[in-house]
Amino acid sequence: MNRLRARLTPYLLVMPGGLWLAIFFVIPMVYMLSVSLMTGNVIDGFKLTFHFSTYGHALGLYHDQLIRSLIYGLIATALCIGIAYPMAYWIAFRGGSRKSTFLFLILLPFFVSFVLRTISWQFFLSDNGLVLGTLKSWGMLPADFSVLATSPAVIFGLTYNFLPFMVLPIYVALERVDQSLVEASYDLYANKVQGFLRVVFPLSLPGVFAGVLMTFVPASSDYINASILGGPENTMIGNVIQNQYFVASNYPTAAALSFILMAVLLIGIFSYARALGTEDVLEAAAG
Amino acid sequence: MSTATLDTTEPAAPVRRRPPRQGRLLAIWTWLVIIWLLLPIAVMILFSFNDTKGRFNNTWQGFTFKWYGQLNAYPDLVGALLNSLTIALLTAVIAGALGTLIGLALGRYRFRGSGATNLVTFAAISAPEVVMGASLLSMFLSLNVPRGYLTILIAHVMFSVSFVTVTVRARVLTLDPALEEAARDLGASAVTTFRLVTLPMLFPAILAGGLLSFALSIDDYIITSFNSGSTITFPLWIWGSTRTGTPPQVNVLGTLIFVAGVLLALGNVLWARRRNR
Repeated sequence: MNRLRARLTPYLLVMPGGLWLAIFFVIPMVYMLSVSLMTGNVIDGFKLTFHFSTYGHALGLYHDQLIRSLIYGLIATALCIGIAYPMAYWIAFRGGSRKSTFLFLILLPFFVSFVLRTISWQFFLSDNGLVLGTLKSWGMLPADFSVLATSPAVIFGLTYNFLPFMVLPIYVALERVDQSLVEASYDLYANKVQGFLRVVFPLSLPGVFAGVLMTFVPASSDYINASILGGPENTMIGNVIQNQYFVASNYPTAAALSFILMAVLLIGIFSYARALGTEDVLEAAAG
Repeated sequence: MSTATLDTTEPAAPVRRRPPRQGRLLAIWTWLVIIWLLLPIAVMILFSFNDTKGRFNNTWQGFTFKWYGQLNAYPDLVGALLNSLTIALLTAVIAGALGTLIGLALGRYRFRGSGATNLVTFAAISAPEVVMGASLLSMFLSLNVPRGYLTILIAHVMFSVSFVTVTVRARVLTLDPALEEAARDLGASAVTTFRLVTLPMLFPAILAGGLLSFALSIDDYIITSFNSGSTITFPLWIWGSTRTGTPPQVNVLGTLIFVAGVLLALGNVLWARRRNR
């Protein structure tokens, strides 16, 4: 009796949350896969007809937005690594007793709504706003110069909004680096650059991987930055999916695009994981 | 233990070896990035005091406190904030409970299906928000479920559970099972052991998971916008206002939430510090 109960315990523990995830996460995903193969319209309803050509059609129409999303996501992720790494390095190795204060400052933006922060940048970067208006009145910029509604503006917003997700995992990885290993490399006649490149940097890679995962996926599927800071030339795949749902009511195309986006991101993540070696990835995934 | 002793000697060694200029450059970089991160918040707070005339709050026109007294000028904005707060609170409690149980099972037991549970947890954390929101809406549409407060809550619990699971699982893995065995040996029942031994040790992780759920929920725009129907939350209201002009009351509420959040976080840190002493 007791043994049976002990064997059932983990299932009972998993059940409530597991059911929630199964009903509201797994089943909708499977259902959406079937939606992507349906044909019909909102008024008459949609029927499953295994209409695979929706995928080709959707890709043909929206490959620009898909590629743009991936490029924006990649550039923003690369910028995040470049900005975050030196910062995380300094906080982890030189932060001393103020480490947690720095981390707190980096987390402060999360106390303000994502949408509100992005609007704040829209206000900053507007054509006659605080930055451009001042520079224009000093004659340092031509009067018709604008930042909003350009690719750099959207990439700027993405980099800003997802930067903390890159700093934290890199910091955690660097913080775990055993300082005596670095000392040992110096004792073995490594100079500072070698000590960093061959000891510290490889040990911090799981953190970089976790950071890339937490930055690249949300950045390339985001549409808030593109809507607020971008223009019609900068729409991303997220904008298209949202538009297909709410404006065009073309559910099969929206579902097909969602799956294409997921597939591309998954392939990207897995080939990236392969390149880094699987052990690092498991470590990073386990936190 | 060895890492703790290393930590205390750690700052001395590199400082001695490295030229100070390199450290100073990194310090300047760090502070510049922090200023960049905080700039929009400073502007938000500053413009909550702006004596603007129209509904567009984007040029400085003088200092005033009046918007703090006129929060009710947009009753639907206050309603949206209340929706956001109650949904975030319920999400923290429900996702906190469900995620804790899964985290406990994954960290403590070996069972068939633990691999699948891990996979779903990881997938729910890494799936793009647009895709999660859109797929949930597809299902609600086909089943004719009316979208509103309840569907927002369902969606928020769905994307928060995994974060609590991961936090609690990490904590469970560091717990010493001998403590629970000792309680059982001393005659405590399974339930008593859980209540008096396991739960208090897990509490910091459960609290962290719950707070994370609260933060994710109150700030979510994308998934909410897919499943909200005609119910409005704080981020949805702000989004809607970008077309007609964001009134200063949005800055006021943003500032109040920011201050409350910072005070809560600082209070939590001080409380933890006092308790550890």
